Amino acid sequence: MENKMKKVDLIFDQVDHLAILDKSLQRTQDEIILDVIESGLRGRGGAGFPTGLKWKFAKNEEADQKYVICNADEGEPGTFKDREILTQVPDKVLAGMALCGYCIGATEGYIYLRAEYNFLLPMLHKAIDKFHKELKKRDFDFSIRICSGSGAYVCGEETALMESMEGKRGEPRNKPPFPTSSGYLGKPTSVNNVETLVFALMIAQEGPTQFKEMGTFDSRGSKVFSVSGDTPTPGIFELELGMTLEQFVNEFGDGDTKAVQVGGASGFCVARKDFKNTLIGFEGIPTGGSMMLFNSSRSMYNILNDYLEFMEEESCGQCTPCRVGCQQLVKGIEAVKKGVKPPAYLEELQKLSDTMRIASKCGLGQSVPNPFNSIIQNFREEIIY
Amino acid sequence: MTRIEELVKEQADKHGRQRTSLMPILQAVVGSEHYLSEDALVAIARELDLSSADVFGTATFYTFLDTVPRGKYVIRVCKTITCHMKGKDEVIGALEDMLKVKLGGTTTDGKFSLLQANCLGWCHKGPVMLVNDEVYPEISAEKAVEIIGGYLKKG
Amino acid sequence: MSKYKVNLKINNIAVSVDEGTTILEAARQLNFTIPTLCQHDDLCVAGNCRVCVVEQKGARLLPASCATPVSEGMEIQTNSLKVRQARKHIVELLLAEHNADCTKCFKSGYCELQDISNDYRIGDHIFLDLVKEKDKERDISSPSIEKDDSKCIRCQRCVRTCDSMQYVSALAVTHKGNNMRISTFMDKPMNDVVCTNCGQCINRCPTAALTERNYIDEVFDVIYDPNKFVVVQTAPATRVAIGEEFGMEPGSRVTGKMVAALRRLGFDKVLDTDFTADLTIMEEGTELLTRLKEALVDGKEVALPMLTSCSPGWIKFQEHMYPDLLDNLSTCKSPQQMFGPLAKTYYAEKINKNPADMVVVSIMPCTAKKFEAERPEMRGSGYKDVDYVLTTRELGRMIHQAGIEFEKLEDEKYDSILGESTGAAVIFGSTGGVMEAALRTAYEIVTGKEVPFTNINIKPVRGMEGVKEASVKIKDAKPEWSFLEGVDVNVAIAHGLVNAKILMDKIKSGEANYHFIEIMACPGGCIGGGGQPMPTNMEIRKKRAAGIYEEDEAMVLRKSHENAEVTEIYKSFLHEPLGHKSHDLLHTHYTPRKRQ
Repeated sequence: MENKMKKVDLIFDQVDHLAILDKSLQRTQDEIILDVIESGLRGRGGAGFPTGLKWKFAKNEEADQKYVICNADEGEPGTFKDREILTQVPDKVLAGMALCGYCIGATEGYIYLRAEYNFLLPMLHKAIDKFHKELKKRDFDFSIRICSGSGAYVCGEETALMESMEGKRGEPRNKPPFPTSSGYLGKPTSVNNVETLVFALMIAQEGPTQFKEMGTFDSRGSKVFSVSGDTPTPGIFELELGMTLEQFVNEFGDGDTKAVQVGGASGFCVARKDFKNTLIGFEGIPTGGSMMLFNSSRSMYNILNDYLEFMEEESCGQCTPCRVGCQQLVKGIEAVKKGVKPPAYLEELQKLSDTMRIASKCGLGQSVPNPFNSIIQNFREEIIY
Repeated sequence: MTRIEELVKEQADKHGRQRTSLMPILQAVVGSEHYLSEDALVAIARELDLSSADVFGTATFYTFLDTVPRGKYVIRVCKTITCHMKGKDEVIGALEDMLKVKLGGTTTDGKFSLLQANCLGWCHKGPVMLVNDEVYPEISAEKAVEIIGGYLKKG
Repeated sequence: MSKYKVNLKINNIAVSVDEGTTILEAARQLNFTIPTLCQHDDLCVAGNCRVCVVEQKGARLLPASCATPVSEGMEIQTNSLKVRQARKHIVELLLAEHNADCTKCFKSGYCELQDISNDYRIGDHIFLDLVKEKDKERDISSPSIEKDDSKCIRCQRCVRTCDSMQYVSALAVTHKGNNMRISTFMDKPMNDVVCTNCGQCINRCPTAALTERNYIDEVFDVIYDPNKFVVVQTAPATRVAIGEEFGMEPGSRVTGKMVAALRRLGFDKVLDTDFTADLTIMEEGTELLTRLKEALVDGKEVALPMLTSCSPGWIKFQEHMYPDLLDNLSTCKSPQQMFGPLAKTYYAEKINKNPADMVVVSIMPCTAKKFEAERPEMRGSGYKDVDYVLTTRELGRMIHQAGIEFEKLEDEKYDSILGESTGAAVIFGSTGGVMEAALRTAYEIVTGKEVPFTNINIKPVRGMEGVKEASVKIKDAKPEWSFLEGVDVNVAIAHGLVNAKILMDKIKSGEANYHFIEIMACPGGCIGGGGQPMPTNMEIRKKRAAGIYEEDEAMVLRKSHENAEVTEIYKSFLHEPLGHKSHDLLHTHYTPRKRQ
């Protein structure tokens, strides 16, 4: 297998964002959207919806107002790349938003920034002011405001995010309708992750080919990874997609990696025996960037318990499978550990988590089974004894 | 008009009286008062023509919108797995000893609240804590005590 | 506008439905019932209990049928193995956070969660019990509503009711995750918040998380107390609804059976709130005409439009939300509270009883009446005017307990006196009824003629539209009312507090040119009251309203001023409407309250 561990520099490369924007404004919206579709870019927040299609849907809607929202509510445990992108290349994010606004016909953009990143506010406001001045010079009607979160992981879910922006509890909405037809304040809205917007900008600059040629069929291009846990080199790395977990662990592991949690608390745990045949990407295990490595000194029970407690607290609480299911999983593994319930109770809980996967209202509840089942399957003994 | 009512009115004048203004107003009141008192919630509900239960329900959804009194400096130590692995418990223990307060509590002088938070987004540089909006990555028990010592001096 | 049709299959049966129809509604059209808990026909979609999930061919997830619109070519299974497994799990999860002490529960046998649990033969609980001990402490601060958090399944029907139907939002969803709950402002007791006691939340609660405070045992205690003389009054709307407690069709007119049942329960006298409804018309009608005279002839500053005051949920709503318009409220007590003091003065004297030994019980379609009876100002007789207020549901429960076969009872008549009434009184039970009754009498006082509507049915004020307006032109006014000659009397009616708000805002902004407004807190008026049998929905309310109007048409007398007992009480006791005695016994004042 070819080595896909190529480090890439599309995101953090300092470019003339205004030049890219100027160039883009010379082209039609459809041309740009087609390039984004052609590139194969999929949302970098984790869910992986094709970005170009999202823009196309939003563009095709008739409305007196549309919105661009930059989702900077990065809350997935193990993910910190959006903060880094906003810190290092804020101008590229803003230009990506403007580009999206141009493509879909929106004149207003919002950055939904998690409260934990409030320290970025002065810098971002400054960057926005500067950017607005540049847009004014170009007579381009687009403005950006920041909405702050207040500590709620579920607001990273795009419809919960919009509820929060509307001043309500951040409870995910029923879908359909999807945000591209009825989003913020009921208007067509494109919600894109910070990283996605920067990639879109780079695709507008470079054309789709360079991006498309990287990665694999379903997972084109590169991706910014947040590497943490038992690793000598924690940090942010932009890597070409398509690598195996083995390649990843060879690069980042400490020589004693027993498991990698791919995709954060809502992602999958992969055990050493599967590193070789696990592809990181939409064909294998997708990730919003979170890669947490664990060596043999770590208790998988503690890790699972930590993830489940996180979900139990961060569930919005509105739907039954997620609200009560998370509590059952947390208390269930504890009951098994303490011998209050027999080991076979884990199978009941796995069935329950299957129900959570298919019957929960939003991605939060639907993905709790990912860590639960993968950790139970791989490390059943550690959970019981 | 009480001081709180004035503050709320000032914020409503600034952010507007639409439902979309609720979050910024709640955030601003927490920013200045450290928490949302009953009086503050009532004033906000009145100013925005909302039910107070609705405002309370919205506020309690968000971890950072406290509805119980908090200190001038709210310390939030990240409790998520990688910070856990890198010793957040030691940090919390040291701060508990230093401030003579249990986790979740507020010092008697009303200066510090010591809380845990879910992932703060610094997993590569854990343990990490926030003191109000300021972030302190790569701390240790000693370093945390030193940082909070700085706030103590600041008053 | 014609709608697009969407073709789909449900359980392999093809069906074509309007675009925008939900899967749940489409299944109902094919006579497939999908269990639901958070869904309610009166409320907006929530999609949060997930009990109604179904399987969609080709889809990874099970969509919630209540919240998912149909799409072309969709193939749905409502009871596949996958669906059954998920549904069982979801019910199990709900039971895990529900205090399932069914044998001790007031709602046992009436509980939607219990029904679903039975249907799915949920036996031994698989999952761990999550009921918090502190949630088992019931909130009984309110005289009307009891809140038991240990029974709550977080379906949010109550929250949506309190918000979208009533514009009160005393209840809200608070906190999140494992801590998420239905609570009040700052978790205060129900009696300390903006709650109007309307009880609409109770009508929609699928479990016993919200119930009326029940006083069944207290009432049986006084019935069997040989030293107490217990009289009972029955509100207009109860007689077209109580039958539902015994499996009869909504709207069944069972006045005579209800009277017979009350007698068998042991009440010493069975009397009728309808009597005081007629009396209300005399007092309120006169009050309106007086206000109009003061405004038009004397040029006084008079609060107009005048607002009706029969609905205690509405009264409390106005006290909280529009305290600056309290002068517009009629000072008339509600028929229930007019009945109480008359029973303990006029009636006690007539039948030679010591009012101290009398107990007045009312049967009401309403939970707010329980609060109303507790108001400190409701002691005009020198005693507590109304001692116990029971809902229609509680009466149904008493009849069951006493083993009375309601359906088989022969009709009986109310006792006299305080038992006679007219058709004008019975229509108080439906939205627009007070207005219609008032117009029937006021028009005749002013002109000496019947209201100019076929068979005196004032159709424009009837029906289920949220806000209704009508106008009646005064023609050939008697000389003493000549100032009203040619005047268009403009009236408006609202039911459901969200509609009341529409009218009140109009008054506040000065846009309204009404003279008289009727407002009822509950949808449909009292027939849709918070104390009425469950379930409730628009169709049921319409049937009950139809029953009310049939009852009216079946009456010999249909105008309040024709009630002979009313004439008699003015002659021998009250002397005149708005007179000194009336002022003491039949009129009241209001208390400005805070919204927050």
